[in-house]
Amino acid sequence: MTNKNTAVTKSENALSRLIKASELDTRMLAMVGILVTVWLGLNLATDGIFLTARNLYNLSVQSSVVGIMATGMVLVIVARHIDLSVGSIVGFTGMMIAWLQVEMFPVTAAWNWPFTVVIGLLLGAVIGTLQGYWIAYKAIPAFVVTLGGLLIYRGAAFMVTDGRTVAPMNTDYQLLGGGINGSIGATWSSVLGIIAIFFVALLMYRSHKNRINHGFPAKPMAIQLALFLISVALILGFVWVMNSYNKPRSDIARGIPIPVLILIIVVIAMTMLTKLTRFGRYVFAIGGNPEAAELSGIDVKKVTMIIFALMGLLCGIAAVITTARLNAGVNSMGLMIELSVIAAAVIGGTSLNGGSGSITGAILGAVIMQSLENGMVLLGAGSAERQIIIGLVLIAAVWFDTLYKAKQR
Amino acid sequence: MSVTPLIEMKNIQKRFGGVHAVEDVSINLYPGEVVGILGHNGAGKSCLMKMLAGAMELDSGEILVNGQSVTINNPRDSRDLGIETIYQSLALADNLNAPANLFLGRELLTAMGTLDDSRMEVATRKVMHRLNPNFSNITDPVRSMSGGQRQVVAIGRAIYFNAKILVMDEPTAALGPSETAMVTDLTKQLKSEGIGIFLISHDMHDVFELCDRVMVMKNGRNVGAFHIDEVTPDDILSLIIIGKLPEDWQPRNQ
Repeated sequence: MTNKNTAVTKSENALSRLIKASELDTRMLAMVGILVTVWLGLNLATDGIFLTARNLYNLSVQSSVVGIMATGMVLVIVARHIDLSVGSIVGFTGMMIAWLQVEMFPVTAAWNWPFTVVIGLLLGAVIGTLQGYWIAYKAIPAFVVTLGGLLIYRGAAFMVTDGRTVAPMNTDYQLLGGGINGSIGATWSSVLGIIAIFFVALLMYRSHKNRINHGFPAKPMAIQLALFLISVALILGFVWVMNSYNKPRSDIARGIPIPVLILIIVVIAMTMLTKLTRFGRYVFAIGGNPEAAELSGIDVKKVTMIIFALMGLLCGIAAVITTARLNAGVNSMGLMIELSVIAAAVIGGTSLNGGSGSITGAILGAVIMQSLENGMVLLGAGSAERQIIIGLVLIAAVWFDTLYKAKQR
Repeated sequence: MSVTPLIEMKNIQKRFGGVHAVEDVSINLYPGEVVGILGHNGAGKSCLMKMLAGAMELDSGEILVNGQSVTINNPRDSRDLGIETIYQSLALADNLNAPANLFLGRELLTAMGTLDDSRMEVATRKVMHRLNPNFSNITDPVRSMSGGQRQVVAIGRAIYFNAKILVMDEPTAALGPSETAMVTDLTKQLKSEGIGIFLISHDMHDVFELCDRVMVMKNGRNVGAFHIDEVTPDDILSLIIIGKLPEDWQPRNQ
């Protein structure tokens, strides 16, 4: 066994050994490669419009709604389920938020918007829990329950106001959508960037110390330094781009948009949930072998219900951003977004066979999807062409997954 | 015997529709004893053990652990009673690594309540080293391991938590000769530590080397239970195949 391993290691080339030592996922690297290629390609095709601060700012806002929902979809798909109802849940909770905020409560009252946000999030979580209950405890396939949900909550979204659009929203609430004033400005963006760099340094140091303490081989210093510098460059680059886009007819920099800030918080929270908690481990165990999970004493039903509750909650967050950005409640909000969300998770390496997937991957997937959409809009493609391209990309992503799996065996 | 049995299963029944999977079977297990459960595929051996492990509910009958009547509704109940099971299917999550599988459902946590992966990895290395000194790739997903290594992970999971009662469903089926010998040695060692073991096996050599008593099942019934020195391998084969002992049978140790 040991001999065979060393033989394999020797035959590997320098690059793959470097990748192995850095403990980065090859699949993740491939996705980063695809993203870079897509960006450079679109930049060429649009004569440099794609990679302007203005477009990247818009792209980041556009990616945040799909990204937030994709983090939940990763868990759903990892546990061998699917959720087709997420777009309709966004529509219904969004309509409820808008209707309550504008027509039920005094729209200018300071307590109004935080209160309706809480109601929206709770409503999403309750809907998710109900669906999860049917899936986990009544053993109805998730496909059926959430296909039902897709119709039910789209219908419910219409019924809230009989199809009327509700507008305008509370002015403070609108900031959550990342409009003209919906970003945190250059100073705060820079402060956040510096905090993030310190945080990365702290995490890497703690992980290094932990390995030493437990007698595991530490990563080579050069690779650690390289990874740190890459992280710093990415953080600074992001802040710099966001600070380079000014508000209209002024030289006041916008900084990081609030929806992107919400996305970052969601990503950190969901990553911690999947990597650091029992719940996260159980989701992956269920996806790997449901029977083994059950025999290991895991309450598979409860974990399954919580996954869908979480998905519902994330739909609530997405609904807040969507209504704030539109500055209105429209019953078609979130229409067909379930497909973008599922595609983002799958493109980001979540296997439809269950058991594997990552939050970071899903965010990359969401950005790749939105880049294609955004780029095609810049190129003047209509929604028909865009749908065709996205459909093809989805099939290609699953094909890639199949190839990758076959190679692994 | 004056000692209380670790396990007493009394008049256990299990039906699937019209099929009697297990019919009126009683069996007990004392500390430091290996009891073999034998029979054809579908004789009801695994079914009987699954009821003990909490993977299957019994229709009627009683289970006593250390003389106390207990209800085992799920695998957690069984584990809480000190019963560990090595399943024939191994019951491993293929996408997770050895430490994650070993501690699945019983993870070690840090003071902050998060998963303590480093501590679990260190503990896993210790257990694995005891079972197989060549085990090096414990942080790879178990999917990429050999059948023997996977079996070692499943066995490691059962012995790490200081089981008092061990159920082994064909523990050596996927193993090569050296690994089989390792499992045999381990079984003897656990036995000497006072652990009671139910062993399901088709391997007569294993059975006669390890077991103190045997029970043979056929079509869900107990067709004979003996001390190992009362029977020969041929007697047992006769029980397995036709459900009866040879006509002229007498206890062989007399």
